[in-house]
Amino acid sequence: MSVQEWQIVWFTAWVSALSTITILPFGLAAAWLLARHEWPGKSLVETLISLPLVMPPVATGLILLKLLGRRGAIGGWLHSRFDLDIVFTWRAVLIALGVMSFPLLVRSTRVAFEEVNPRLEQIARTLGAGNFRVFCTITLPLASRGIVGGMLLAFARALGEFGATIMVAGNIPGRTSTLSLAIFQNVQLGRDNDALHLLGVSVLLAFAAVWGGEYFLRRKPGFK
Amino acid sequence: MNLRLKQIALPLSEFTLEVDVEITRPVTAIRGPSGAGKTSLLDLIAGLRRPKSALIQLDDRVLTDTATGRMVSARHRQIGYVPQDLALFPHLSVRKNLLYGHRPEGKTADGHLFSYQHVTDVLEIQSLAERSVVHLSGGEKQRVALARALLTSPRLLLLDEPLANLDSGLKAKIIPYLTRIRDEFGLPMLYVTHDPDEVRDLCDHQLWLERGRISSAPR
Repeated sequence: MSVQEWQIVWFTAWVSALSTITILPFGLAAAWLLARHEWPGKSLVETLISLPLVMPPVATGLILLKLLGRRGAIGGWLHSRFDLDIVFTWRAVLIALGVMSFPLLVRSTRVAFEEVNPRLEQIARTLGAGNFRVFCTITLPLASRGIVGGMLLAFARALGEFGATIMVAGNIPGRTSTLSLAIFQNVQLGRDNDALHLLGVSVLLAFAAVWGGEYFLRRKPGFK
Repeated sequence: MNLRLKQIALPLSEFTLEVDVEITRPVTAIRGPSGAGKTSLLDLIAGLRRPKSALIQLDDRVLTDTATGRMVSARHRQIGYVPQDLALFPHLSVRKNLLYGHRPEGKTADGHLFSYQHVTDVLEIQSLAERSVVHLSGGEKQRVALARALLTSPRLLLLDEPLANLDSGLKAKIIPYLTRIRDEFGLPMLYVTHDPDEVRDLCDHQLWLERGRISSAPR
């Protein structure tokens, strides 16, 4: 593989990892609120979170483009206030990957939280623990397999993202080109060998992420 | 001990738990058929459920008073609770379970500290410290759950059918430990059970709870 191809692989891997880490605190908060509390508007929020799973990715990308462009509500504000541009930069890739993989993280994490016996949390409170300590020492460790599994699924989803990314970040070599975009471009230009190289790397990365996710979901919990 | 449970009203799925009683005996059994509201009553006392109305007072401390909006949180009540399923933390070792809520400042009636050493000595569980709670026998789990509650230096111990899931052989082994807890720690206890033998062996007094109403004898 060429240096340029390795750059694409490296960029895709780190931006996917960074997007997964960035959405993690928001995903944990959303999953915990959905799993443990009843509140007005909950079903609306549930639906909104799941939308990127069912909408065409390019439609999600278009929404992001309208919001994050210089004339968009968020993008305009960031540009005027901080002189910061989002679209057609690596930040746009990061946001597109995060938005598209967020539902997978929340779904997996929510199930993990729901599987933690609430009685354990209640008894921890009678033992003197406050909500934060209960969450950190009981809920989070007992849900950790599902959370890690969800993170790996989100990472795998981010690796393969195409539609939203090309809408909001374009396909700029050396700046926003990810594995999926580069494969598409190589096929379009008739460079099948280059496309096959990147395809092989994609399969390996996706396989490792999904296999890792399955491993964490199925392994027996240990104790400390 | 003086535990006042006044004007308690907690709607449950089929009836409302309505209790008005003052408990002064050190070890009081609460008996009654399944689904009578016994666990809900313990949850209320422990601060795990919010009643429609209630005044719950332990000695001179008001724990719940819906008239004034006072609701001491479960973490600050200093009430030890051993639920029926024990609720041991499966991801922690026995030692970490025991130390989870350890408040070393408390003392027993005869002046012993609720120390890790003393409690694990009384319940004979010192050798289990580094094991996973998942792999303990039923009787060992029972003793670990009791010790964990004791190590919080509680002012009241709530026991929800602590021997219900044990066979008669194990029950016979655990009852002496409960007797030791009663005698050595001098702790007031509310003891939910179906078994009249446990009441005879451990309790000074019994109350009967049926469809959310309490009385001193079965109706």
